[in-house]
Amino acid sequence: MTTSVPDPSKKHLRREHGLMLALVSPALLVILALIVLPVGWLAWQSIYHDGFTLENYRRVFTEDVYWRSFALTFEISLAVTVIALLLGYPVAYLANSVPKGWSILILSLVVLPFWTSVLVRAYAWLALLQRTGVINQFLRYLDVISEPLALVHNTFGTVVATVHILLPFMVLPLYATMQKIPNDLMQAGASLGASPSLTFMRVFLPLSLPGVLAGCTMVFVLCLGFYITPELLGGGRTVMVSMLVSRNVELYNQFGAASAVAVVLLLSVLAIFFVVSRFISLDRVLGQK
Amino acid sequence: MKMKRNFGLGCALLGAIGLTSAADAAEQITFVSQGGAYQQAQTVAILDPSAKKLGITINQDSIPDAWPAIKTQVGSGKPIWDVVDTPTGNCLRGGEQGLIEKLDFSKIPNGAAMPEAYRSPYSVSYEFYSSVLSYSQKTFPKDAPNSWADFWDVKKFPGRRALRNHPFATLEAALMADGVAPDKLYPLDVDRAFRKLEEIKPHITVWWTSGAQSAQLLNDGEVDMEMAWNGRVSAVAKEGAKVAFTYNQGILQSTSLCILKGAPNLETAVKFLNEAVDPVHQANLPLHIDYGPGNPKAFETSVIKPERAAQLPSEPANAAKQALMSYAWWSSPAGEAAEKRWASFMQK
Repeated sequence: MTTSVPDPSKKHLRREHGLMLALVSPALLVILALIVLPVGWLAWQSIYHDGFTLENYRRVFTEDVYWRSFALTFEISLAVTVIALLLGYPVAYLANSVPKGWSILILSLVVLPFWTSVLVRAYAWLALLQRTGVINQFLRYLDVISEPLALVHNTFGTVVATVHILLPFMVLPLYATMQKIPNDLMQAGASLGASPSLTFMRVFLPLSLPGVLAGCTMVFVLCLGFYITPELLGGGRTVMVSMLVSRNVELYNQFGAASAVAVVLLLSVLAIFFVVSRFISLDRVLGQK
Repeated sequence: MKMKRNFGLGCALLGAIGLTSAADAAEQITFVSQGGAYQQAQTVAILDPSAKKLGITINQDSIPDAWPAIKTQVGSGKPIWDVVDTPTGNCLRGGEQGLIEKLDFSKIPNGAAMPEAYRSPYSVSYEFYSSVLSYSQKTFPKDAPNSWADFWDVKKFPGRRALRNHPFATLEAALMADGVAPDKLYPLDVDRAFRKLEEIKPHITVWWTSGAQSAQLLNDGEVDMEMAWNGRVSAVAKEGAKVAFTYNQGILQSTSLCILKGAPNLETAVKFLNEAVDPVHQANLPLHIDYGPGNPKAFETSVIKPERAAQLPSEPANAAKQALMSYAWWSSPAGEAAEKRWASFMQK
């Protein structure tokens, strides 16, 4: 913005900087009050309880309960990300290649479930997947199965519902990236004699990779913190990290024991962002410029 | 949201303190329970009549789990709550940690008249519920499972099963399934209980975490038998589902009343505590909700009709078939260790 100022005299610039700061300061204060302070306080609690202690972290890194939950959480997040990519890519591709009106319709359908609460969607999946649920009833009616399938109260049900909830976070960044790929490039490929599939593989797919990376990062990171879905559809066996956090509050009656788990999860998310940011600018993931 | 409410309440109380010094306001206390239909039932049966009889004002607040708030309030040195209705274990643990007032039973005659198993130096039983064996009458029209040994017997009683995802009552059930008598459970043989649970684990479809979930499982026919709280099962049955339960080998659990250390209205709180376990008020509670009175003398008042009494978990004949949960054991180091062991059992 400053570059568009016609006469960048120092005084003028300073005044504009001051004005900008005044404009963003409410937002900064909100972030400070609602995010930085509580998170900092939680992190502090994890190392300080009647004196400095690393007990909470010793527990996280030595007891296999935590190790198993972290492993399971990363496995589920990975599975959800891969499935969401396989499902989301064709949807984004379709939305990108059809006329505007159709693409709006497709994107609305993708975003529509957003307006339903996560809890309601979890119960809807329960109604579909459980023993007396729609799918099992239908398959038995068709005589495909004699015993109901175990579709829910396990990791499978958790993954299905989580994919459903996170799919928009995959489709939207993909679509945004695909929109910016100039159609001329595909036509150029075709005019040089490449088949449509070759053009896709050599031109379109590589150019859409930033979107793939952005979508995968969003889905993976969001999935790491899922709570209600595994709680309701996991049957009690699917203990994800977020559930450990709430269990630790109950079990140890101090926030420190829980926040140590949260801090470790937060650091792993930051590590993921750091690695990803080496391949792609974070602006692109978060701001979709 | 909770914080906000407490903050509002704090302001109200500050205002009230200001008023007290100016005018000689009526005595008052702040009473805290778990909200919902349960707190409404108490308001009609116990709180309003007690307030009227003692001529005091009872301010109410509610919170699903009072324990963290008790810790923070007493820790801050200025608690705003007086009397809390909370699972008995919290009162005992709080008493040991100096968060709960020790009770002078000479000022609480109604509590002093209760059997010793129904009170502690820090608390008196307020109401009873039970973790019972419930089942679908569609799956078991006759010869229904009637003991935890039956629940464990997957050959004789095939079907899908659910247990609570928590060691409370579940370890007790496992030991009874292994042949331990209901009155010989404590101290729990934790190793033996977990060994027995390993046996049934492959046959458990769901480990439920909330009462609502246990009700849904039974209502939808998702499981054929499960451990559930008696009030949840009877609510599902009332709505027309073909489900039933047995008190046989149920695990009788209670919430108790206790007073926060340094409560702002200590004397009035003690008076209220005595009034709240008055047999007649207590007898009124089960007329409004499916929980049993905490004071067994309530059954001698003729307020509860015999047919109603027979449905309640703490009715003497029903209580005799059940195991009384020892909160003293669960809040001992051995109990806490057993609680911590649960998570690793679930993940294996």
